[in-house]
Amino acid sequence: MRGQTAGRPMRTAWLIAAGLVAMLFATGCGSSSSSSSRNTDMAQSVGKGEGELNLGAGAGYVANPWKSDFEKATGCQVNVKVAGTSDQMVQLMRQGGYDGVSASGNASARLVDAGDVSPVNVGLVPNYQSIYPDLKDQPYNTFDGTHYGIPHGRGANLLMWNKDDVKPAPTSWDVMLDPKKAAAYKGKISVYDDPIYIADAAVYLKAHQPDLGIDNPYELNKTQFDAAVNLLKEQQPNVGEYWSDALKQISAFSGGDDVVGTTWQYQYFALKGKGQPMASSPASQGFVPKEGATGWSDTWMISSQAAHPNCMYKWMNFIVSPKANAEVAQYFGEAPAQSKACDPSTLTAAAKAEGLPANPKFCDQYHAADPSFWKRVYYWQTPLADCGNGNTDCMDYNDWVNAWTDIKG
Amino acid sequence: MEAADALAPAPKRSVGRRLADLFHGRPWLQVTGLLSGPLAWLVIGYLGSLAVLLAAAFWSVSALTGEVSQTFSLDNFKTLIDDPVYRTIAWRTVRIAGLVTITDALLAFPIAFYMAKVASRRVRAAMVVAVLMPLWSFYLVKVYAWRTMLSTDGIINWALGPLHIHGPGYGTTAVWLVMSYLWLPYMILPIFAGLERIPNSLLSASEDLGASPFTTFRRVILPLAFPAVVAGSIFTFALTMGDYITPQLVSNTQFIGTVVSNNITNNLPLASAFAVVPIVVMVIYLLIARRLGAFEHL
Amino acid sequence: MRLSRSSRISLRIVVAIVLAFIYIPLIVIFIYAFNSSNLLEWPPPGLTLHWFPEALKNTDARDAFVTSLKVGAAATAVALFLGTLASLAVARHRFFGRETVSFLVILPIALPGIVTGVALSDTFTQVLGVPLSLLTVIIAHATFCIVVVYNNVVARLRRSSMSIDEASADLGADPWQTFRYVTLPTMSTALAAGALLAFALSFDEIIVTLFTIGPGEQTLPIWIFENLFRPNQIPIVNVVAVIVVLLSIIPVYLAHRLTREDEGVSGRAGSVVTDATATP
Repeated sequence: MRGQTAGRPMRTAWLIAAGLVAMLFATGCGSSSSSSSRNTDMAQSVGKGEGELNLGAGAGYVANPWKSDFEKATGCQVNVKVAGTSDQMVQLMRQGGYDGVSASGNASARLVDAGDVSPVNVGLVPNYQSIYPDLKDQPYNTFDGTHYGIPHGRGANLLMWNKDDVKPAPTSWDVMLDPKKAAAYKGKISVYDDPIYIADAAVYLKAHQPDLGIDNPYELNKTQFDAAVNLLKEQQPNVGEYWSDALKQISAFSGGDDVVGTTWQYQYFALKGKGQPMASSPASQGFVPKEGATGWSDTWMISSQAAHPNCMYKWMNFIVSPKANAEVAQYFGEAPAQSKACDPSTLTAAAKAEGLPANPKFCDQYHAADPSFWKRVYYWQTPLADCGNGNTDCMDYNDWVNAWTDIKG
Repeated sequence: MEAADALAPAPKRSVGRRLADLFHGRPWLQVTGLLSGPLAWLVIGYLGSLAVLLAAAFWSVSALTGEVSQTFSLDNFKTLIDDPVYRTIAWRTVRIAGLVTITDALLAFPIAFYMAKVASRRVRAAMVVAVLMPLWSFYLVKVYAWRTMLSTDGIINWALGPLHIHGPGYGTTAVWLVMSYLWLPYMILPIFAGLERIPNSLLSASEDLGASPFTTFRRVILPLAFPAVVAGSIFTFALTMGDYITPQLVSNTQFIGTVVSNNITNNLPLASAFAVVPIVVMVIYLLIARRLGAFEHL
Repeated sequence: MRLSRSSRISLRIVVAIVLAFIYIPLIVIFIYAFNSSNLLEWPPPGLTLHWFPEALKNTDARDAFVTSLKVGAAATAVALFLGTLASLAVARHRFFGRETVSFLVILPIALPGIVTGVALSDTFTQVLGVPLSLLTVIIAHATFCIVVVYNNVVARLRRSSMSIDEASADLGADPWQTFRYVTLPTMSTALAAGALLAFALSFDEIIVTLFTIGPGEQTLPIWIFENLFRPNQIPIVNVVAVIVVLLSIIPVYLAHRLTREDEGVSGRAGSVVTDATATP
């Protein structure tokens, strides 16, 4: 090597570059991508279980006791992969090998349009009948009149804080989003690590800067979008951690690294269960700060490549059966989709099965049967260029993703 | 007598021998035979996969579905160039990679020198094992241990508490610290090997010629060990360039890998385009390292 | 080399500091394996051995461990095969593009894991239409493990002279016999060292594995990744790490002993641990 001429490294580099370019052209024509149209195949019957089920789900959605109840009842062994963000859910489905996924509104439209999920024959899911009407036929689970999933439950994103460190108790998102107030907790603010969080800034601006004219926080024109992005850029120096894993946030709060942030009920109850001094917007305020909040309404969807479709249909029916839905709702802390789950005796039996104190008022607290409450909660949905009012100059999801990279810096 | 044997026909040549004859005297055939397997694997398999990925850099994507449409466009590169955050992130990654490399070189050299030239045989064996052991305790466990050590209630703040200093907490400093920790064995070992190869007679000769230990170090040891240091630096640099899990666990900073992984699902073309950056950087680094003789010391 | 007393002392101090730096986090992991609480606060409220039997009972961890062993063994085998072929070609012949081989072989390990992972994953699922599985993981691991075998064997072959091979041929052996009875034994310690390091690389690999593994399977690093933040599992994760580290002392020490007595054909004493440890 010592004696080599100056030409050698260049020759090697040339060789490799030539090889790569050659391959580029050779493969450029060959690669395929999944179908660009929606899948329309719908099962007509549910047969015997295949013995196995691979699910992608949010934290806390597939756990005992209802998971083992399902396995015992159907013989379908459940393997679950927890995904923290909708992007991860979509990635799981793209990668393949999963039979179904619990998708929020900012994943469902993408999955449907990419053909990653199949329509659901709700006739094969008997428990679907008694699901709350305001969850049926929604834009995030029904596309052109075809049902693509079974509602799971819904909730609003919470503002949570450490009672001992954050005083006075906040009633507004300004503790995190107003630059002056947020600076008081510099380095200890916990923010959801996903571009969809820009909508939270938009919800805040809707209340605090009404002249921007924001209506739907997911349909933002450039001016509105830039305002939201700038607000988040001002927030960035005060942020302690951007979290995407629920348990990572739990460890940050219990370790004292963060004292206030946006969270889900799952973390909130987990921390309280460990004796941590957490507080959140009270029930009297509807669990949300005064501006309202973003939220999610999740849907179980079946993969278009499901290897175990029968088990998946059994799961979809099971998870919205009264007892199971009551169990998962109380475990996670969300409003159940199944109206029969709110029957006081079902709620109590479910709580008992989980070792939780009985709370027959659970559904009232979570506004399960109160459509007017959900008008202040903006379910996650995919931002599209089509603003829905004739304009098509709204920012689309790619813009949101790029902006998020910009915001984090 | 043997005359009968001399007239007996030669033993039938086995298949193996015939094959050997075919290869004999034809080095080109030997090389092709030997290399066809590895080259097919690496060139067609690996480089081909890379080409598939990089081809996507020139395509565009539907915002709704993330579907890649194979229409040629340079938009992705335009985005990367127009938006300054990508330059910031790329530069930050390269900078930390450099810092980690220098830190590790400074930490590794004394210990490698001690192991190679000062320690007794027994101690050297023990130290080799001691340096190799951390490689077997999983990357994730180590990073998570650091995460808890750096946390507000963690061991670092607890230890520095009496001195009224705060540890670095999470952030870029933490990333530098943790990565220097993680890749240190990868720097120690090549330097140790390189120093071991320096014959002691050379060092004695230098002393005999009147050089002080410091001069010997500067003018004999360092130049001879330098290629080994470069060899170790390949790993510290490459591993830092590519890591995105450590930055995510001990900081909020975005590295090249963070951006790539964030965009893989929705915008594979942009992720591929940004992936070009570390590929180009590493290829250049490898070419320079090879020039400096590092490949013999890997 | 003769160093002044003060230099010796300062060197010893520096070495001690570096060793402390290396081992303090490992000691923290060790202590947490005995932590009576599953919240990782410091100092730990109490110590218990309770997690060790829990870890050994944990079927997921055991299955993941076995999977990792299988994947590691298979990847190492492939890497040994391909690495030996490549190093024989490079060390024993001169040909156009010879330097390129070294470059190509190091590329999979020098490029970011996410680039290798996504490239291979996309090729498997989109171009070849093959589902992700343990096989795809093995292929991916073998690809970046080739370099450790290759480097060790090349170094070894460069140090041994060809005259012994020629002597063997002169004595009537055909090339296969020469390889089997002469070359292979000479290389054996380099192969062993390369195999050990290739296995270690595969055993601890996470990023490429994340992208190339199928949904039903878990290697040990993947199991750790999934359990990393689960409060109930964290102590078990630490226990698993401690067990693996302790188990690893055996092969590492053996590799060192095996190779200590090695002498190259050229007569120069060489420690193949040197070669082995030269390539992580």
